[in-house]
Amino acid sequence: MSSSVSITLNQCSRTFAGGTTALQPLDLQVNAGETLVLLGPSGCGKTTTLRIISGLESPDKGGQVLFGERDVTALPIEQRDVGMVFQNYALFPNMSVADNIAYGLKIQRLPRAEIAQRLDEVMRMVDLQGFGDRRIDALSGGQKQRVALARAIAVRPKVLLFVEPLAALDAKLRDRLRIEIGQLLRELGTTAVYVTHDQNEAMALGDRIAVMQAGRIAQLGTPQEIYHQPANAFVADFIGAVNCLDVISTRADGGLAVHGGELRASHLQGVSTVYCRPEDIQVVPLDQADIKGTVVQSIFLGQSQRLMVDTGNASPLQIEAPSRQQWPNGSAIGLALPSHVVFHPDKPTAPVDAKEAANG
Amino acid sequence: MKSRLRFVLQLSFTLLVCLFMIVPVAMSVMAGLTENYFVGLESGLTLRWVDEVWHLYADTIWLSIKLALACLLITTLIGIPAAYGLLRSRRRWANAIEELLLLPVAVPGLATALALLLAYGSYREFRGSWLFILVGHVLFTLPFMVRAVLSVMQTAKLPQLEEAAASLGASFRQRFFGVIIPNCMSGILAGALMVVTLSIGEFNITWMLHTPLTKTLPVGLADSYASMRLEVGSAYTLIFLVMVVPLLVAIQWAGRLTEQRR
Repeated sequence: MSSSVSITLNQCSRTFAGGTTALQPLDLQVNAGETLVLLGPSGCGKTTTLRIISGLESPDKGGQVLFGERDVTALPIEQRDVGMVFQNYALFPNMSVADNIAYGLKIQRLPRAEIAQRLDEVMRMVDLQGFGDRRIDALSGGQKQRVALARAIAVRPKVLLFVEPLAALDAKLRDRLRIEIGQLLRELGTTAVYVTHDQNEAMALGDRIAVMQAGRIAQLGTPQEIYHQPANAFVADFIGAVNCLDVISTRADGGLAVHGGELRASHLQGVSTVYCRPEDIQVVPLDQADIKGTVVQSIFLGQSQRLMVDTGNASPLQIEAPSRQQWPNGSAIGLALPSHVVFHPDKPTAPVDAKEAANG
Repeated sequence: MKSRLRFVLQLSFTLLVCLFMIVPVAMSVMAGLTENYFVGLESGLTLRWVDEVWHLYADTIWLSIKLALACLLITTLIGIPAAYGLLRSRRRWANAIEELLLLPVAVPGLATALALLLAYGSYREFRGSWLFILVGHVLFTLPFMVRAVLSVMQTAKLPQLEEAAASLGASFRQRFFGVIIPNCMSGILAGALMVVTLSIGEFNITWMLHTPLTKTLPVGLADSYASMRLEVGSAYTLIFLVMVVPLLVAIQWAGRLTEQRR
């Protein structure tokens, strides 16, 4: 559809009246046609960043927003050619579904025939055929968000912006609409920025993810990079669950002594803590275990179960185990942690051992 | 049994209170329609008094209607932007201004009128024209318009709707007339009906500000009560009721409309 455009933020900071800094000076590049997800807890600056891109808010003096080569810093939102989808839909209750979707087209004073044709096209894209005459308050939450989506894409914006669009929906609907939005974004090829606090949404939709913390970007990378090579403990903990193991001492042969056993991790010399994901820890017979511990709690999740294992570590280790095996509290358990699943943000990850990978 | 008794007691009490309030109104209406009030209904029903009132006081009725409509126009033109401004501005300021707006309602009308006389009484032309009364009416009714519109604006999530409209390329003017006004229509309607009703019935300020040539309906009423036959005054009341009761019913209706939207 419309040729996509890149977005560049140069030194964009935002200080609110009263002195709170919502955003530290930020440099960010969103490539043309890419979907970038801004992910983080509330108050991390993700929404402020998006509002600066949209033009609803201005960066502090010195900040610069570029769409492609064009400096749009001084332009208000209505001149930036963006489409926006909000958490609470923000549909116009005084208009029908069709009038909502056609609003932007009427503002552009397109010929009537073209408006009708585009209306038809986008309503088909979001699967709302036949809903044109409905009143907004006669729609379900999911339908409302489809209307909002259709309204935003109908104007063929250069940039699509999403502010937690699925947060108000229930889990099942959220999953479905997430998939649909993903398909739509690929189909359109429009540059998109998507704000969410939901890591699943971020990983499913983002070509790249910017994890934000306290007004800064903690890490910017593909979902795989963010998940497997988190830049710091915050990112590791925010994306998925992560275990922190205290290193007691480093052996001469490169092994790391931790509570409950020893890890073979020669790539992690000199660190005081190492990390690993619950699903990367394998449950093995006690005589083959790297670490031994006691099950203190098991949480049944359906497709798997989450075991809490006390090894003497500061916090119990979380382990993803198959759901059919029973682990009564107090039973001894053996764990294997292959060297490539143990990581530290400051160290390169270990290559996957071919033999272990074949077994695992 | 016990609840039945309570129901009967409640019903009779309600009816009693209604009677207490309605009987004087009904008597007044009857007085305006009987040939001779002191003789009673036997003297026969007539529209003679209503006719007489029309001949004597038609100009006060027209002036009241003119004032109410002018007042409505001005409060709409000032009140809606004012409410919008209060909505968008910072809370502390907005609260202070909202309270200031209520002052003319809290201060006795006579005092407001006196202040107007002191300030502008020396401008002869202005003081003698109906516009002088209009100023008083606008002062008194504006807060009702602002409040009604503001309360609907606050529940309608207008700032968000406006952001959405802006993202679709709508200029401020397009947003204001295409999104903001239509979405607080029920508040504007409620405010408008309130303003017209209050303006038509306003006595305190008007009585101080009027000249023999700028008498409104309520001032005319006072005049007729003081100097005319009881039947004439009552017929006058009847005309006033005919004008105001539909407005009151409409206010109720507009109020329900607002609730439905929420």
